[in-house]
Amino acid sequence: MLPVLVGLVILAVIFQALNGNFLTPGNLVNLMVQGAVYMLLAMGMVFVLLIGEVDLSIGFIGGVAGVIVATLIYGDAGNPWYTGIACGLLAGTAIGIFHGLIITIVRLPSFVVTLAGLLAWNGVMLIILGNGGTVPIQDPVIVSLANGVMPSTIGWIIAACLIVLFAADNLIADRNRRRNGNAVRAPLMTYVRIGLVAALAIAIVGLCSVNRGNFAPVTGVPWIVLILLFFVITWTVLLNRTAFGTYIYAIGGNAEAARRAGIAVGRARVLVFGISGLMGAVAGIIYASRLRSVSTNLDGGTLVLYSIAAAVIGGTSLFGGRGKAVHAILGGLVIAMIDNGMGLLGLSAATRYVVTGIVLLIAVSVDALARRGGANAGLS
Amino acid sequence: MSAPTLLSLRDIKKSFGAVQVLLGVDLDIKAGSVTALVGDNGAGKSTLIKCIAGIYQADSGQMSWEGQPVKVANPKAASAVGIEFVYQDLALCDNLDVVQNMFLGRERKRGFLLDHNAMEVAARDVLTGLSVTTVKSVRQPVASLSGGQRQSIAVAKAVMWNSKLVVLDEPTAALGVAQTKQVLALVRRLAERGLGVLLISHNLEDVLSVSDSIAVLRLGRLVTQVQRDEVDSQQLVELITTGRLRGELASDALRQAGAAAQSSTSGIEN
Ligand SMILES: Nc1ncnc2c1ncn2[C@@H]1O[C@H](COP(=O)(O)OP(=O)(O)O)[C@@H](O)[C@H]1O
Ligand SMILES: [Mg+2]
Repeated sequence: MLPVLVGLVILAVIFQALNGNFLTPGNLVNLMVQGAVYMLLAMGMVFVLLIGEVDLSIGFIGGVAGVIVATLIYGDAGNPWYTGIACGLLAGTAIGIFHGLIITIVRLPSFVVTLAGLLAWNGVMLIILGNGGTVPIQDPVIVSLANGVMPSTIGWIIAACLIVLFAADNLIADRNRRRNGNAVRAPLMTYVRIGLVAALAIAIVGLCSVNRGNFAPVTGVPWIVLILLFFVITWTVLLNRTAFGTYIYAIGGNAEAARRAGIAVGRARVLVFGISGLMGAVAGIIYASRLRSVSTNLDGGTLVLYSIAAAVIGGTSLFGGRGKAVHAILGGLVIAMIDNGMGLLGLSAATRYVVTGIVLLIAVSVDALARRGGANAGLS
Repeated sequence: MSAPTLLSLRDIKKSFGAVQVLLGVDLDIKAGSVTALVGDNGAGKSTLIKCIAGIYQADSGQMSWEGQPVKVANPKAASAVGIEFVYQDLALCDNLDVVQNMFLGRERKRGFLLDHNAMEVAARDVLTGLSVTTVKSVRQPVASLSGGQRQSIAVAKAVMWNSKLVVLDEPTAALGVAQTKQVLALVRRLAERGLGVLLISHNLEDVLSVSDSIAVLRLGRLVTQVQRDEVDSQQLVELITTGRLRGELASDALRQAGAAAQSSTSGIEN
């Protein structure tokens, strides 16, 4: 995890040096919102990469989910927002599971099956959208998912609760480990960890509490931050603290050993594709919410490539078995920073692609080097 | 022999299509002792243990466990009976730590969350009980361990589950001298704890140093099963390569040599 943190700092310093607006509160909040779609997609991607597979379809799974939501809630006689979201998420998960079943039962490479998915679901999205090409979203709840903010007071309360929970969880875990005579990190390290998390939470809410409006005052914590937090915590708990999470790592580390240990490898693989489909749908809904519409312009191919880049830049291995949910956040942040920073400098999309490509190459090289130094595996 | 027989195989046959790999194998494995299974490449050793493991189904023959007939339909059924397997390779996940590997597939939980503490304590206890002292931390990833340490972890993993018989297929094939010693000592300790051990090995030196009884497989037939002290290295080589001892059928030769009667040397006349 260290390389990407160093990378984030370097990028921040460079962009701030070139344009003093980069590190303003308004732009930093923007960054989080801009990176959200990449982060959510990359979280799904982390799961498939962990088991040594890839899912090229989640961009357009997101497109299909977005279209489903927008269409279901459209018009005066439209369904309520929660029905729309439930159907969108369900569809995404079902598509992912369907891909997983084909990959497992027919024994095809995930690359090919999800490439077919990329094409086919793009088509399905276009068919549903029809000639009109655009479905607007007016529902205030769905629009505020990506655009709305909660009052800073609520942000502070949530931050305080999370800090207390994190501290309690760490301290209790340490105490239990000590009682059982298990290896424990030094108490100082635990306090440093808690301190860092607290500082981060305070910084984020603090940043969001500063007025960032140009004309009318704008303050408050974007809801999307809470959504990201929800998923990163959920997936981290799943990966670190459940048997299923261990199985995901085991399958990526050595699928044959996992099978011999009695793990239902096929079932786990199908579920993982279900998770990536779900995250594709979440990202697609957020994407639609941010644009307040869905249209034929959605480029699920580029989105998926960016999400792979985000996961790998964040520290997840392309070779399976190594990765964390939080890598998606960090990698997504790097990509959003490059996009945003170079946008501020007025550089073209072409230059952004080149820089993103170079950063990705550096990240993959770091991954490959870490893999060769096998003794360090899993410690990152 | 006073120790109870754990597993006996009678007339096990297995063919793949037209290829007859096992042509009627008899084998007895006793608790508290190390039984070695030796034989040339392609003799059918791996096929035989895969039949025991339930990975393959034997075409015919009987298998009995503690005197009762059993059928092992799949690997899960084998561990339910009390048989665990250690393979030369593909045994551990490099990216998981020692505890995660030892509990893989059988994690301890509180509610639906893992009980990391209990598993770590249990893993340490097992390793200490088996005198596996070279592993410094049970929380280090297996990738950081030496070959011998990894194989020790694989063996320890196999004995954690109230298993009564541990089958090791070429456990030292990839190891250096010192690490081989380390693993063989561990194999010996398993037998001293009352477990039955079936050790498949190419290395006759290892076999002679660690086993109590030696079964020789040749071209899908069990040539003989003898006590360790009835043979020397040269005789063993002869048995493996020719199936005979000084030109005589192995079973006759051993009988004439006044060897203790072995219960399982039938079915080799040809
Ligand atoms: N699945 C299989 N299909 C066909 N032949 C096989 C299969 N497995 C093993 N054999 C054959 O059976 C023979 C014995 O193999 P094996 O049990 O691996 O021997 P060993 O472990 O003693 O070296 C070999 O000739 C091998 O080619
Ligand atoms: Mg073999």
